[in-house]
Parts: sequence; structure tokens; C-alpha cells
Amino acid sequence: MSGKNKPQDGLAAEAAGEGYSAAAEVGAVRKRRTRSERIWIELKKAPLTAWFGLIVITVYCLVALFAPIIAPHGEAEVFPAPYAPWGGDHVFGTDQIGRDVFSRLIYGARNTMGIALATTLLSFFIGGGLGLVAAINRSWLDQFISRAVDVLMAIPSLIFALMLLSIFGSTVWSLIGIIAVLDSTRVFRLTRSVAVNVVVMDYVEAARLRGEGLGWIMRREILPNIMPPLVAEFGLRFCFVFLTIAALSFLGVGIQPPTADWGSMVRDNASLIQFAQYDMTAAMTPLLPAAAIALLTIAVNFVVDWFLHKTSGLRDDH
Amino acid sequence: MHPVLATVLQRLGLGVVTLFFVSLIIFSSIEMLPGDFGEAVLGQAATEETVAAFRRELGLDKPAWLRYVDWIASVAQGDFGTSFSGRASSGVDRSREVIDLVAPRLWNTLFLAAYAAVISVPLALFLGITAALYRNSFYDRFVNAATLTTISTPEFFVAYILILLLASLNPWFPSLANVTADMPLWERIYRTSLPALTLTLVIVAHMMRMTRAAIISLLASPYIEMAKLKGVSASQVILKHALPNAWAPIATVIAFNLAYLVVGVVVVEVVFVYPGIGQLMVDAVTTRDIPVVQACALIFAATYIILNLIADIIGIVTNPRLLHPR
Repeated sequence: MSGKNKPQDGLAAEAAGEGYSAAAEVGAVRKRRTRSERIWIELKKAPLTAWFGLIVITVYCLVALFAPIIAPHGEAEVFPAPYAPWGGDHVFGTDQIGRDVFSRLIYGARNTMGIALATTLLSFFIGGGLGLVAAINRSWLDQFISRAVDVLMAIPSLIFALMLLSIFGSTVWSLIGIIAVLDSTRVFRLTRSVAVNVVVMDYVEAARLRGEGLGWIMRREILPNIMPPLVAEFGLRFCFVFLTIAALSFLGVGIQPPTADWGSMVRDNASLIQFAQYDMTAAMTPLLPAAAIALLTIAVNFVVDWFLHKTSGLRDDH
Repeated sequence: MHPVLATVLQRLGLGVVTLFFVSLIIFSSIEMLPGDFGEAVLGQAATEETVAAFRRELGLDKPAWLRYVDWIASVAQGDFGTSFSGRASSGVDRSREVIDLVAPRLWNTLFLAAYAAVISVPLALFLGITAALYRNSFYDRFVNAATLTTISTPEFFVAYILILLLASLNPWFPSLANVTADMPLWERIYRTSLPALTLTLVIVAHMMRMTRAAIISLLASPYIEMAKLKGVSASQVILKHALPNAWAPIATVIAFNLAYLVVGVVVVEVVFVYPGIGQLMVDAVTTRDIPVVQACALIFAATYIILNLIADIIGIVTNPRLLHPR
């Protein structure tokens, strides 16, 4: 790669996985900060809300990854006492058929977040890919996809999702597919609108003239230049998908039992709220998973806000 | 032709085309059903004749385009077909007309949405405009953080917290919004106050943020700065220079959020067991009662499209640049 121009300080950039970098060559005498150092400097400047968001997200990810180790009981393990009170063997009691609420909360992190993440990735794959193709093509294909997206976006997505779920049935795979396709329309709009500004650049023209294929232009010429808005959008779309899946599960047409999931946990234990005057902790049981959903989306929103603020004035209203 | 009229007509035409495609998508949903659902609906014990009669009733022996024309023609006359539920393999048909199921519930849903809108629209506009005027003050930051929190929260979380606080711990409001047709108005308002409050909280957050953003981007434009620099008083800047241009974004925000309200009603209705069209749709999805799902989806989509269309048109007709062409 960088060949002879690789003195000892270039090693840092190499270690960070960047390969050759012009900045490293120009400032060959200067010691270059490693990527982790730069991230740390940014983090130290981050506002309190962003820190809060990052910590919450990290904790959620750890819980999701190590769910089987942390959870005291199994995901669908049924105990003899339904609606057991808090404390003792069951930290947050048991649900309507006697499953440990605490364990299901932990497994729920894994299931709900995993499905939402898979859906968001798929929707970015579809929407981002089509958006880039449309931006490069700019002719009948662009027109066709854009008009189709207009029509799809004219139907409210929750209603559309409900209709499609009634046709394809409520399995995890149809849930991921349906929401990913519906959500990819938003990703398409954003990708296309930011990519059309990059497509007209000279270096893209140069790449096209030297005969690079569509895939190369998409991945190597355009994508790196539209990353910041896409990353921010990824956070927002993840929130949206996460809330949609939670709402669908809450309505009983999303993730199906016995898979632990926060949305359906709220629904299952909702009747406990009316006993709030007698046992406050029991009334809190259905609110726990709902609070877990809210906390994660708020955390992601805080981080996205900070990220958007940092990477240019995409939103100049702040 | 006047440019405003031309643009409005063009937008209306676009709306009709969109409605056509949306109805096509909703119609084709029944095409996408896997396999022979005649038996699935009627049960395995259904006789050959009942299944054949059922398929004939749905018109499955006719080509798809003919069925679409038939379907859209009867929908235009208010006939959405017959519900799948209540059919039995014995051939005894206790199913009901979809329109009989939908019509009373549609009225309930519109009532709830209107109730929430009456509270939330003035509140959100007030909060948004004041937050924009006192930008970066403590008030602005507080309202911003509060609305960001509300936006990120699922509707049912807000709803259950309200139930916990206002119905369970302090029994001021009923937690179930079971309204009937012959209920007096004030009783109806009292019973639907918690769902309306939930919707208000969710909508105000969205609408306030959008209003604030619209006003701020307006206040940043050069002609406002010009007016300030030449010494126009603050109230005159707002009333004479900003407001005529602000009508369009504000109208867009309101119509957009009313459209959002129509959708947000689904979850809230389920939480409060409110007999509205959203709950009907969720029940129909669970039992895979396709005609009811189609009817509800069509109503929701049409409302959504029409409200967005109205927003567009208000935006056009209040645009000073179009109203006074050179």
C-alpha cells in the first residue's frame, strides 16, 4: 500500500486499519493520534446527555449479549405461582402464567433489540442500495423507484404493517421483512437526496470514465462521502423500527409468545395496574418493559442529536 | 389560468392518482393470500358446496382486474363486502356487513381524534412559537427536552403512566373508555378524557418541535434580518413580516400531525379498550378477517392522504409568492 512512505508513525494509522492516508504522509514528523485517542478526545467534549445515552446503550448491549449468564431463570420457564409479588426468588415477581419477569426482561433485551437491529440493517441495505442506484442512474429507473416510494409512503406505515401482517401471518421473519421494506422507503429518500449532490462531483465522473462498475462507484466513491447523515439516520430509524415492533407486539400481532419481548410483556401484565392502590410494586411490573423501551429510544436519540450536532449543520435549528 | 389554481389542480390530480395506487395495493392484498383460504376461513369440515359458494361470493372465479373494478365500485357506494368472521363450515352464515361494523366505530374514532386535536393544536402552536421566540432560553431547553422524551416514548407507556396516576392511584378518570352510542355528550367527553390526554401528549411533542423548527428557519431568513436592521419593532416583525410566510409551514405541521393522530389512535384505542376503528382493525388482523382489514386500511390511508393533501393545498394558497405573481 504506502510502500516506502511508511515511517514508524505510519504504524499507528496502519494499526487503526486505515491503510495509506495522505495526512500521515504530509505530517510525517508529527505524531499522529490513534483512532481511540481521537474518539476519547471527542468523548471528553461530549455533553452529559450524550454520555448518558452512550452508557445506557452499552449496558443494554452487554445485557443482550450475556442474557443467558445474567438471567436467573429461563426465558419461558414456568413457575407454580402466577403474579407472584416482588422480592425473594423472583426480583420483579412473575407474570400471568408464572414466568420470571426479571429474566424475561433480560431475554427481551436480546430478542427485541436483535430483531429491531436486523430489521434496520435490512432496511438500510434495501433503501440505501436503491437510493444509491437511483442517484447514479437519474433516468427512468430513478423516476420509477421514486414514484413507487411516494405511493408506499402515502400509506401510514403502522396501518400498512398491520395489513401485511394479516396476510403473511405474524412470524418473526415476516415481521422483519415487512417492516424493513416499509422503512426502507424513508432510507431511500434520504440516501437519494444526499447522494445526488455527490454523484455530480468530478471524482465520481472520473471513476465512471475510467470504467468502474456500478458497485465500485456506489461503495468506494459515494458511500464514504454520505456516511455521517446515514449513520445519524441509522440511529433514528432504529428507534422508529424499535418502537414500531414494540407497538405491534403490544397489539398482539408482533413477536409471538413464548419469545420474551417487551411490547407483549406490557400487554400481558397490563391488568396489574389497577391494583396500584394495594401493591405499588405489582402495578409497576407492566411499566418496567415499557420504561426499558423508552429509556433505550431516549438514549439513542440523545446520541444521535450529539452526533448530528458534531457532523455539520444537517439540522441548523439547534 | 391563475397559477395558484393550476398548482392546486395539479396537486389534487396527484392525490387522486395516489389514492388509486393505494386502493390497488390494498385490493391486491387479498391476491397475496397464500393458498386456498376458502377452507381456512370456513374450517376443515366445510363441504365442497359451501367452499365453492364462498369463492363465488368473493369472485375468485373472475379475473383480477374485473374484481378490482367491482370492488372499487362497491366501495365508492359504501359497500365493503361481508366480514369473514361468523362463517361456519355448516353453511349457516352469521357474518355481518363490514360497513355495519365500521360505521359506528369510525364515528367514535373521529370523535376521539377531534377531541385530542382541539386540545393539542392550540397548545402545540403556543409552545412552539414561544419556544422559537425565546430560543436557547431555559424555557426553550426545558420544553425541548420534555418533548424529545415524549417522542421517544411508546404511546402505550404514556397511556399506562396516565392510567396509573389518574385512574388507579387517584380514581379521577375511568381507565376504560367504554362509550356507547346513546351516551350524553359530557359523559362521553369524561370517559374519553384519558385516551384524549394520551394522544394530546404525543401529538403536542411532535407538533411543537415542528412548529419551532419552522418558525426558527423563518426567522433566520434575510428579509427578517433586514426588517430588524431597519428598526422595525419586534411585534411588527412577527406580525407583518414573519406571520404571512409562516401560515404555510404551520398549516403543514397541523395537517401532518392530524394525519399522525389518525394512526396513533390505533395503539391508544387498544390500551383503553375504546370501541374505535383502530381496535377493530387490530382484532381483524388477529383473526385475519381480510375484508375488515381492507376497509379499515382504506379508510386510514384515505384520511392520511387527504389530510396531507389539504396541508399541501393550504401551503400553496397561503404562499405570498404564488398569491401575488409578478
